[in-house]
Amino acid sequence: MREYIFYFLAFVSIISALMVVFSKNPIHSVLYLVICFFSIAGHYLILNAEFLAVVHVIIYAGAIMVLFLFVIMLLNLNKESEPHKPAIIKFASVISGSLLVLVLVAALLKSENLNLPASTHPSMHSIGMVKDLGKSLFTDYLLPFEISSVLFLSAMVGVVLISKKEA
Amino acid sequence: MLVLNTFANWNWVLITDKLILIGILFAVALGIAAYSTLAERKIAAFMQDRIGPDRAGFFGILQPIVDGVKSIMKEEIIPGRAHKFLFILGPCIFMTVALMTYAIIPWGKDLFINGKPFSLQLADLNVGILYSFAIVSLGVYGIMIGGWASNNKFSLLGAVRASTQMISYELAMGLSLIPIVMMASSLSLRDITEAQAGWNWNIFYQPLAFIIFFTCALAECNRTPFDLAETESELIGGYHTEYSSMKLALFLFGEYVNVFVSATIISILFLGGYHFPGMENLGLSPNWLSIVSICTLFAKIFFMIFVFMWIRWTIPRFRYDQLMKLGWQIFIPLCILNILATGLVMTLFTR
Repeated sequence: MREYIFYFLAFVSIISALMVVFSKNPIHSVLYLVICFFSIAGHYLILNAEFLAVVHVIIYAGAIMVLFLFVIMLLNLNKESEPHKPAIIKFASVISGSLLVLVLVAALLKSENLNLPASTHPSMHSIGMVKDLGKSLFTDYLLPFEISSVLFLSAMVGVVLISKKEA
Repeated sequence: MLVLNTFANWNWVLITDKLILIGILFAVALGIAAYSTLAERKIAAFMQDRIGPDRAGFFGILQPIVDGVKSIMKEEIIPGRAHKFLFILGPCIFMTVALMTYAIIPWGKDLFINGKPFSLQLADLNVGILYSFAIVSLGVYGIMIGGWASNNKFSLLGAVRASTQMISYELAMGLSLIPIVMMASSLSLRDITEAQAGWNWNIFYQPLAFIIFFTCALAECNRTPFDLAETESELIGGYHTEYSSMKLALFLFGEYVNVFVSATIISILFLGGYHFPGMENLGLSPNWLSIVSICTLFAKIFFMIFVFMWIRWTIPRFRYDQLMKLGWQIFIPLCILNILATGLVMTLFTR
């Protein structure tokens, strides 16, 4: 049963990710991206990572995509008003996209003989639960956790500084 | 993940139990939301020294049914230049999302049927509170999509107002609950309820968090004094200006479902959920105790719904800049101070 759920979610996420790129209307792209995020949250649930799934929905679907929707709705981007991109930009984006695919495929091929513990292993069952996650964040990974919080703080200060009218 | 594992092992007994519970909850939630509309009109009438609706049935008891039939029979208008699919999708998302929070509410103590415990909670997620926040943050989509798809400037402005307000108050709402989570040391609503047995209600320990959460709940539901999304004098009807017939009714009705959800969450987090003092000493059998606990929870919910309505008909509307100032500059610092104070008191007095 778990496999069927996985295949369904994988199908939904791939189709919606493709539709993000192919749909002409930017609003549709944003909505497809939201669907894509939901299916990825579903993948996290299959892997027993409840906390990650819920936080993924709160942050990506609930906050970031709403801001995207705001900007696109207020700018009123449409098929007609979208500027035609010059050939050089298309060429550059094809090259950089192919490079990214190359790196991803190489990483996937390499990771085959890493022998990762399967998600069904008993020790992996509870790692996504809030209590265990909190414990490991505040013991094993304390330094990276604190450093990333400093990063967020500085980003927030930067936003306040930029958005002030008289700089 | 309880739900996924249930399906993975094809536990049909559990699945039928849950489906029955879902059916009951659906009927109860919509019934209470329907009668909230009547209650609101009656309370408004009482506060303004009028009689209120009294033609349909005794005391106007059939009024919600009459209203429902009327909205279904009305002509359905989709504006010519509106985006048809999204226009219909907007109210659907709004209503669906409003109903989704019920999955994690513990409605009472377990019932025992043929000696087997029957949990009155659809899913006891160990991230319960976070789940409810995820649902709240999705409520914005229905409003945004509906307002934009109407292709009307007033609708769009109303939608933008409503969603900025909801996003801004989500932050203070989330922060105000952290002290509660710290005290119960769990995110599960069942554990938080169990931690409040007897008189240990969170409202007595965390009055500031209660006030902030309650105000944020008013703002999240877009109700007076924060109903700036539909200020008639500025924006006609707000995001549902272009809507008619049942789709308009879904938006208005979804608001009452949201009020019911908020009242439930407040009762569970701050008013002790299904507990009341001396409940364990009544000497009742487990099944009667369960029924009494359900009634207790619903009494608290109805009281909170009444408070929501009481506020709506007595307090005037805020100005938009006052609203934003209250959310960002007053509530968020107060929440952070509350978290620090709670942490300090907990470390000093529990060791």
